[in-house]
Amino acid sequence: MSNLNSEIEITAASTNTLLSARDLSCIREERVLFEALSFNIAAGDIVQVEGPNGAGKTSLLRILAGLSQPYDGSIYFQDNNITQHRETFHQELLYLGHLPGVKDEMTAQENLEFNLALHGLDNKTAEATLAKVNLLGFEDALASHLSAGQHRRISLARLWQSQAKVWILDEPFTAIDKLGVEKLEQLFLQHADNGGCVVLTTHQDLSLPAERVKKITLAYRFY
Amino acid sequence: MTLLSYRAAFALIVKRDLMIAFRHRDDIINPLLFFVIVVSLFPLGVGPESTILSRIAPGIIWVAALLATLLSLDRLFKSDYTDGSLEQMLLSPHPVFILVIAKIFAHWLLTGLPLILIAPLLAVLLHLHESSYGALMLTLFLGTPVLSLLGAIGVALTVGIKKGGVLLSLLVLPLYIPVLIFATSAIDSAAMNLPYNGQLAIIAAIFFASLTLAPFAVSAALKVSTN
Amino acid sequence: MMWKWLHPYANPEISYHFSGKILPWCARLAFIFLSIGITWALLFAPADYQQGDTFRIFYLHVPAAMLSMGIYLGMAIAALSSLVWQLKLADASVAAMAPIGATFTFIALVTGAAWGKPMWGTWWIWDARLTSELILLFLYLGVIALHNAFEDKALAGKAAGILALVGVINLPIIKYSVEWWNTLHQGATVSKLGKPSMSADMFWPFLICFIGFAFLVTALICLRFRTEVLNRNSMRPWVRELVADEEKAHAV
Repeated sequence: MSNLNSEIEITAASTNTLLSARDLSCIREERVLFEALSFNIAAGDIVQVEGPNGAGKTSLLRILAGLSQPYDGSIYFQDNNITQHRETFHQELLYLGHLPGVKDEMTAQENLEFNLALHGLDNKTAEATLAKVNLLGFEDALASHLSAGQHRRISLARLWQSQAKVWILDEPFTAIDKLGVEKLEQLFLQHADNGGCVVLTTHQDLSLPAERVKKITLAYRFY
Repeated sequence: MTLLSYRAAFALIVKRDLMIAFRHRDDIINPLLFFVIVVSLFPLGVGPESTILSRIAPGIIWVAALLATLLSLDRLFKSDYTDGSLEQMLLSPHPVFILVIAKIFAHWLLTGLPLILIAPLLAVLLHLHESSYGALMLTLFLGTPVLSLLGAIGVALTVGIKKGGVLLSLLVLPLYIPVLIFATSAIDSAAMNLPYNGQLAIIAAIFFASLTLAPFAVSAALKVSTN
Repeated sequence: MMWKWLHPYANPEISYHFSGKILPWCARLAFIFLSIGITWALLFAPADYQQGDTFRIFYLHVPAAMLSMGIYLGMAIAALSSLVWQLKLADASVAAMAPIGATFTFIALVTGAAWGKPMWGTWWIWDARLTSELILLFLYLGVIALHNAFEDKALAGKAAGILALVGVINLPIIKYSVEWWNTLHQGATVSKLGKPSMSADMFWPFLICFIGFAFLVTALICLRFRTEVLNRNSMRPWVRELVADEEKAHAV
């Protein structure tokens, strides 16, 4: 079935498989977005999920992260079902969605410190991390005074400190300038080389070497 | 990875919610003002006669407390839902149970506790029977956490719905009925110098039952709402 | 392994056809029992020695009140099986039951009020049973309103299910508290509804009416369940085939 609705290069499951999806189906508002979708993502993979608007890219990413439940099928993280081993999976997961998760009432630094602490990371170096996303000088500014791009950068800053193996990023380049995109791409490569994996959606073309990027293409289905 | 202990995760969330609330003080003050205004409308509507007022005072204070809590419930999850921090919390490596309890506790500190502190003043305005003050404070102390806990279920179910406000009251108010009944009856008994430990024990039982069960319902509901 | 056994019924197509098969039987049985029961109750059963013919509303009021509680329980069981065993169709049955339960609660309230008028001289008194029925109606309306508020029917079913479960845990507490409140505030002057010492010639028509109403409820639930299943699967191939067949049959 899977070849009917999507084009995927399935890597065979191996010892370094991090995330595998088995027979995923997703139905939203009575429309089937994808059906019987299976794939494996291994350490070192950078996977780009492609497809037209409404094809279910965000839904797939949310299902992979364990935020949404698929209509059918399941996700395994290193052979453990993620719904049964939610907490172990979430220790190894970094998910950034459309919404940056930044509170207007807190400063840039407080926001980052909270995000780091929430995910069990050291938050002493938040200030230095903010510098890496060009927010030096904005540490003490309330997030309500910052722009959408700056909010996005506060949430992306976590990537520099993350020790999670699985990165799932929904449109991480939105409102980020060209230089920032390049820096992020280098970070993805470095993360993949260190044994992690990145699953992302983006409207822009990645400037990474083509052989490094695997693709999952979802087609728009009418029923 | 240094995993935070449950207690540290709890403290982290409570601290953050309190910090946000203190930088946005209107959210704390407005439900309280509502509480005061609703209570002071009753003498204007019913008449200033002290016997009538002291007879209906427990009911007025408790109904106003229910409504004030209802108004404040939105704050519990709504803004976290709209800016995406709720999903980050659900994706954190802590049990959702802990996060939910922490948020509800912070909510109670910001609404339940101020209601308890301000209630004796309103009781004076309503000529509450002198021997009822202890019962009023005790029922509020045990009852307002129940309001936050049960209310959280309603907000968690409606947080993803655009116009969830009116719906929320339809879902939550029927669940508040037992607390209302036993609390007002305890205060009435106290006014007649009768023992009211029975009613208090029942409210305490309702509190512990909702403390153990409500977080599960809230977690399940949040998973549906963020789906 | 309960879910293995239940598996065929978890298939929407099979349960659609299965409920379609039992629907006419329930409807027939409901018709038979209700025509016997109501005729017996209204024409042949003896009048109550105190209340006279007014008492005959009992044959409608009590079955409606009992079923209104029973449907809520059924709804909560369906919700539990949806949450625990991930039975997707259980959501559809929650959605199917709520409006029927609400209707029976409403019938119980109206007949209770109509019974109260000749007995107490007023349409409404805060009798413990009437008050619990009123609150039950609120609980039903909450479930229905929540279900309607979601665009995605699968999510709507889950949310309504959670609320139904919360409600079913609260229902005994609410019922108990209302009864307790009632004994506290109500003087002994007003006699309560129901619980008359029922003689056999009153009991049998009552039982037949009750069974008739129970079959009616089952038939209505099947009917609504089928609609919910079709609604949730409107884009699936089997529903499209069904619609195509239906259109062909009409064309002939």
